[in-house]
Amino acid sequence: MKFPDFDYACPKSLDEALGLLRLHGDDAVLLAGGQSLMPLLAFRLAAPGLLVDLKDVPGLGDIGIDGGGVRLGAFVRWCEIDRNAGLAAAHPLLVEAIGHVAHYQIRNRGTVGGSLAYGDPAAEMPGIAVTCDGEIIVMGESGERRVAAADFFLGALTTCLRPGEIITGLHLPPWPAGRRWAFEEFARRRGDFALAGTALYYDLDSQGRATDAHIGVIGAADRPMRLAQAERMINGSTVNADAIAAAAEAASREVDPMEDFHAPTAYRRALVETLVARALTRAAG
Amino acid sequence: MERVEDFRFLRGDGRFVADVNLEGQLHAVIARSAVAHGRIRAIHTGDARAMAGVRAVITARDLGRPVPVIPLRLQPLAELAPFRQPMLAHGKVRFVGEPLAVIVADSPQIAEDALDRIGADIEPLPAIVDREHAEAGETVLFEDHGSNVAIRWTAVRGDAGRAFANAQYVRKETFRIQRHAALFLEPRGFVAQWDGRARKLTLWGAAKVAFANRKILAAAMGLAEQQIEMIEVDVGGGFGSRGEFYPEDFLIPFAARLLNRPVKWIEDRREHLMTANHARETECEIEIAATGDGRILGLRGRSWSDNGAYIRTNGSVAPRNVAQFMSGPYHIENIALSTTQLITNKTPAGTYRGPGRFEADFVRERLIDLMAKDLGLDRVEIRRRNLVRENQMPYPLATITPYESATELDGGDYRQLLDRCLEDFGWAEKVKLDGRLIDGRYHGIAIGCFIEGGGAGPSEDARIVLESDGTYSVYVGSAAVGQGIETIMAQIAGDALEAPFDRIRVRHGSTGDVAQGHGSYHSRATVMGGSAIVLAAEKLRDKLREVAARALGCEPGEVTLDSGTAKGPAGKSLALSELSEAPVEAEATYRGDKHTYAYGSLAAHVAVDVKTGHVEVIDVASIKDVGRIINPATLHGQAVGAIVQGLGGALLEHLVYDGDGQLLTGTLADYMVPSAGCFPVIRSTVVELIPSPNNPLGAKGGGEGEIIPVGGVIANAVAAALADFGVEPMELPLSPPRIWALIG
Amino acid sequence: MRIKLKVNGKTVEAEVAPRISLADFLRDTLRLTGTHLGCEHGVCGACTVIVDGAAVRACLMLAVQAHGEQIVTVEGLSNDDALSPLQACFRKHHALQCGFCTPGMITTAHALLTEEPDADADRVREVLSGNICRCTGYIPIIEAVLEARAHYADQDAPP
Repeated sequence: MKFPDFDYACPKSLDEALGLLRLHGDDAVLLAGGQSLMPLLAFRLAAPGLLVDLKDVPGLGDIGIDGGGVRLGAFVRWCEIDRNAGLAAAHPLLVEAIGHVAHYQIRNRGTVGGSLAYGDPAAEMPGIAVTCDGEIIVMGESGERRVAAADFFLGALTTCLRPGEIITGLHLPPWPAGRRWAFEEFARRRGDFALAGTALYYDLDSQGRATDAHIGVIGAADRPMRLAQAERMINGSTVNADAIAAAAEAASREVDPMEDFHAPTAYRRALVETLVARALTRAAG
Repeated sequence: MERVEDFRFLRGDGRFVADVNLEGQLHAVIARSAVAHGRIRAIHTGDARAMAGVRAVITARDLGRPVPVIPLRLQPLAELAPFRQPMLAHGKVRFVGEPLAVIVADSPQIAEDALDRIGADIEPLPAIVDREHAEAGETVLFEDHGSNVAIRWTAVRGDAGRAFANAQYVRKETFRIQRHAALFLEPRGFVAQWDGRARKLTLWGAAKVAFANRKILAAAMGLAEQQIEMIEVDVGGGFGSRGEFYPEDFLIPFAARLLNRPVKWIEDRREHLMTANHARETECEIEIAATGDGRILGLRGRSWSDNGAYIRTNGSVAPRNVAQFMSGPYHIENIALSTTQLITNKTPAGTYRGPGRFEADFVRERLIDLMAKDLGLDRVEIRRRNLVRENQMPYPLATITPYESATELDGGDYRQLLDRCLEDFGWAEKVKLDGRLIDGRYHGIAIGCFIEGGGAGPSEDARIVLESDGTYSVYVGSAAVGQGIETIMAQIAGDALEAPFDRIRVRHGSTGDVAQGHGSYHSRATVMGGSAIVLAAEKLRDKLREVAARALGCEPGEVTLDSGTAKGPAGKSLALSELSEAPVEAEATYRGDKHTYAYGSLAAHVAVDVKTGHVEVIDVASIKDVGRIINPATLHGQAVGAIVQGLGGALLEHLVYDGDGQLLTGTLADYMVPSAGCFPVIRSTVVELIPSPNNPLGAKGGGEGEIIPVGGVIANAVAAALADFGVEPMELPLSPPRIWALIG
Repeated sequence: MRIKLKVNGKTVEAEVAPRISLADFLRDTLRLTGTHLGCEHGVCGACTVIVDGAAVRACLMLAVQAHGEQIVTVEGLSNDDALSPLQACFRKHHALQCGFCTPGMITTAHALLTEEPDADADRVREVLSGNICRCTGYIPIIEAVLEARAHYADQDAPP
């Protein structure tokens, strides 16, 4: 499975990268970690004429934590998220979810931007972006635009990225102390893509009832999604066994999982219910 | 005892076929059918040929008439001959992945680029992908033959009809084992070189049965066997699947001769999944008959093996084994089992570790646990009761017809190993967890008993040379497939020659080393190759005594050989290395046709998450008697590896086809094999309790056994765990969705 | 394209087409065939090499991406005639049979233990779950890596 023929460019600035994309149109693809792109090329499912490697473009690899939230540069690799001492406190749900991504060797190369651009419906990063009200920062010919994660993923492996655009980062809102959260996924083997997974959080109001619940799922539809009905069951409740059961059941009805030879729809639906229930139970403590 | 092979493997100095590079070599890629069944109207190769760097595109048309086919190696029967695979497809294609053409180019990249330029006009035909359609025969793969049924075997013993008519207990069930495969890690490959002047072909990448393959290759290429040298380099696993003759075994040498340039071919993983032998896909409708107090009276039923589109070298071994070995280590006097080998539009199937036996054990062990439950008897006691006793050996198994073949269990104390397994496993303690909900999961345990057939004849050759520096070179026809042949054979030779291990070097598997060889399969290497070494060593020592007698001026009978020295009467002695200027050698053939049966028991503890259907394997313990242990570490290593492969088959691995005969599991992300995190606790023991009476070593072949019981034991453990839910698994693999659906 | 990189401590300069993987460059151009290809789609781990201290799937990296980097392959992990302590532990525990997955196991384990000499059994299993072995069932490999930890404690950065 040798790669098809292509040229390779390694621009030294974002402008140079954008220029290359403009020049080559959809004959050019961006290369970041390569952990999703290279297998595609190995299977010859894509045959771009030019790979534009972003590794030397400055400013894409930073992790920023401040009062405004967490900013992950597009070229931040999974292992860097592991190693960043501040992130575990600044955004524990992010760190927990990313801990489930793939394997050791892949984590040394795969990137935030690459995962977002690829848009695998079962991937953790898109799931976190959507669940946590993330904002994806995109650079194009006409400058920078910011897209709500909720609007970014259009379908399986399909995003709203326009030709010639480059993701430069992901912004996540600040994470208050006292927030309840959990991440739960089910995969056949450690490191495999999840058959389904859930990332969720809620805050507590002064009466100890849940508020602002965000319940997101991966692997249960053609894109990561938040489950509004399930969230409604949680908001305003004390998150007790009944509320959890109701929310989990709502979650299972709300998703429309695809059927494939790995798992039928009914199974994935039930799996969503189980995972949401378990995650809520854990979040509630 | 550490293995000699390890040093180079650990340093990255192994030499696998992909590491072989010849000056001026070209690279081959195979164009394969994307259609499961169809008539070939045309294969357009012009565009590919025209590409820069492409040296040749070979199709069936270039192979002469008739297009050579892959012969049957094991038991070539007339019934199976119509289903042989042509080296390149012509007229029809019959499975996705079937070779259509060979592209030879300057680099593997260019060769693969040229694949896009090959056009195949194939008029599709309905794809046969299941038993019903195969048997119905509305669409047949081989129109001249007219049927998709290759052969039907029957295993018969006693009078099953009468036994079932009079039995107090009868239960009938249908079981299914899924299609899966050996999935060895090193992809297949060859490097072929044709010397036009010497008219000699050299082929690197031989494995398993090099001598047999040389014979096949010679015939297909119109050469004498002596014109072909097959060189076995390091081999990255085989498990019964690598080393059988595939089309590429012919196509690559053919291309080398055609172009008069060395040609190298290394398969990629995607093509491996659709071309290396598949295995195990079996459906079995079967009844068990017993007395009310749990004595098994008989087995009766039918099974079907999905063979895929062609019958290749392994013939009908696996389906036949399903029937013949259904009784396993148990005393079952009345058997009537038929097994049908079906032809379908899928990748051809062949032998994979414990062929037919893994399938049979799943069926039989499930039936025994079902029987125990129905009769209210203890699962362990019912097994102990029904195991063949030592004083019943040699114990005849069911006879297979047609082409009557019979075999006998050679010897062993099956009960003792059952008891030892129970103890090693901690059955008495663990049984308290059986069926209970603990920490959110249901726990279950099970135990199964198995036999492993080994030591297949007909023979094996070994040649031993005492070199002038006093070291011994040992050449043996057995093939290395990762099992530590060099070490084991060196140990056997060391013992037989009474020479230190470090003075012995083993060469194996290549046709230049010995006159004839039969390779490594059916767990035969230690028994056959080892026995040949024992014989060759005896012959060499006789020769050395003669030579020493002349030098010492005495009779050969007065010479004793002792650690590198030949001692004569009156205190005269000579170092063996000084005996002769030229090396002294001896060659011997061991002929044996009695099979050996290693045997044992395996127990497992699982915990099932009923919400997700996930089965966690908490503990596995196994014990096996091999009659005589040569290298405990390699044997133990194989046992653990075999168990993990069995767990893969029980829980994870599945080659899935859609209704059009497309293989859906085409990557290692979809075809899931166990990884390091899956099964952390495997405990296995191998003992030498009772030597086999069937060969001079007393050894029983031991490379396959522990995989055999795993499917049945895991399924029984899951059934035990989910007793409250009334779950009875009848089908593998026990994937989470399947378990979840059974729970309902 | 012209690339310049360090492989096992030695500087290498070469002309290589963009589409050549790092794995193929190491194997075919540098004849370092210890790095093996088991799948070429980033799953089996047999091709693992160490790039600037990080274990990486060489089949998913281009040779041109390795320009300016420091690569260590399995061949760079032992001295001329001896086995490294990690390799010796593998041998002692019979952590290999056919040897095909072994270089990838060695490089991965070396990278892990260099960073985390106190990795526990769970962590070792987690990290090695990206490397497929079909022969050993993994148990002896885990044991070998755990025993090798002692040799990495109090060590400086790897070569």
